Amino acid sequence: MTPTEELNSLMNWMFSEGLLDQQFQQLQMLQDASNPDFVSEVITLFCKDSEIILAELTKLLRDQPVVDFQKVDAYVHQLKGSSSSVGANNVKLACIHFRQFYEENNKEGCFSSLNAMEREYFRLKDKLGTMLQLEQRIQAYESSKHN
Amino acid sequence: MAVEAEARFHVLAVDDSLMDRKLIEKLLKISSFHVTTVDSGSKALEFLGLSATASPEQSEIEVNLIITDYSMPGMTGYDLLKRIKGSSSFKDIPVVIMSAENVPSRINRCLEGGAEEFFLKPVRLSDLKKLRPHILKGKSKEGHLSQEESSEIDKITSRSISHDSSSICSKRKAMDEESAQERRRLRLSCGGLQYDLA
Repeated sequence: MTPTEELNSLMNWMFSEGLLDQQFQQLQMLQDASNPDFVSEVITLFCKDSEIILAELTKLLRDQPVVDFQKVDAYVHQLKGSSSSVGANNVKLACIHFRQFYEENNKEGCFSSLNAMEREYFRLKDKLGTMLQLEQRIQAYESSKHN
Repeated sequence: MAVEAEARFHVLAVDDSLMDRKLIEKLLKISSFHVTTVDSGSKALEFLGLSATASPEQSEIEVNLIITDYSMPGMTGYDLLKRIKGSSSFKDIPVVIMSAENVPSRINRCLEGGAEEFFLKPVRLSDLKKLRPHILKGKSKEGHLSQEESSEIDKITSRSISHDSSSICSKRKAMDEESAQERRRLRLSCGGLQYDLA
């Protein structure tokens, strides 16, 4: 497969698996010649934000004898917002599920969805990394053709 | 054909999330607005010249619309809305509120508090098309309209009067539909995520 074919195949897979949703496509449409790194900049911000939140969640869950679920919920609310803005669909869903379990006082559900949040985030980060690398290869090839 | 230079309206965007500020700034710039972003309600008030620490020069700044996130630490978007509507110099500036959460009581509260629109996040480019009419209405209240702007308003208001009551109903309907859909989705499947619950 050419890098372009690989990239298309990866993107299709990410959308069909629910790693990404329509909002990500909206972001891609906002990128243009005047701002060619827009999507990667947004992704970088999302990853930075998310990892800070996940680290805080880990502290709240593992370092305390009693879990302060209200604080956990506040962080999950933030993560839900940013994952929704970037189109990180599965991460967003895990956040929504957490909040539902939290409202129902279902602790097991809360822990389960927190694990899912982390899992889905790192899964997405990995694939986004591959996506950006493929894009760079394609861009490098395109500009070398014109030289 | 003569090409009119479109007035670049100035929008002040308020959001505590850096990522969301980047997004809304991009959307606004693509929509041909001049944009200033701040990360809190208090910074917004400072920018407008409404805070105690503002210098006299700051009240020279002209802002045509304020778009703010609802959930922010310290001053919420609703608090900011009330401060602006309570100020004699700025009460006519249209305010739009954004939120990631579809809470009908929150939406109603904001609309009743004087917000022109309530956008659900993530905000789309198409949402921003609704801004220009509000800016023009705001300017007409201040008496700052050019002839072209006046005729644009006449065209818009004659269309929107018939839509007004139905648009609030359809906004509410959209809210109820969306939250009902979300509940259904949660009950039927967990979106492909597996949970092992005892």
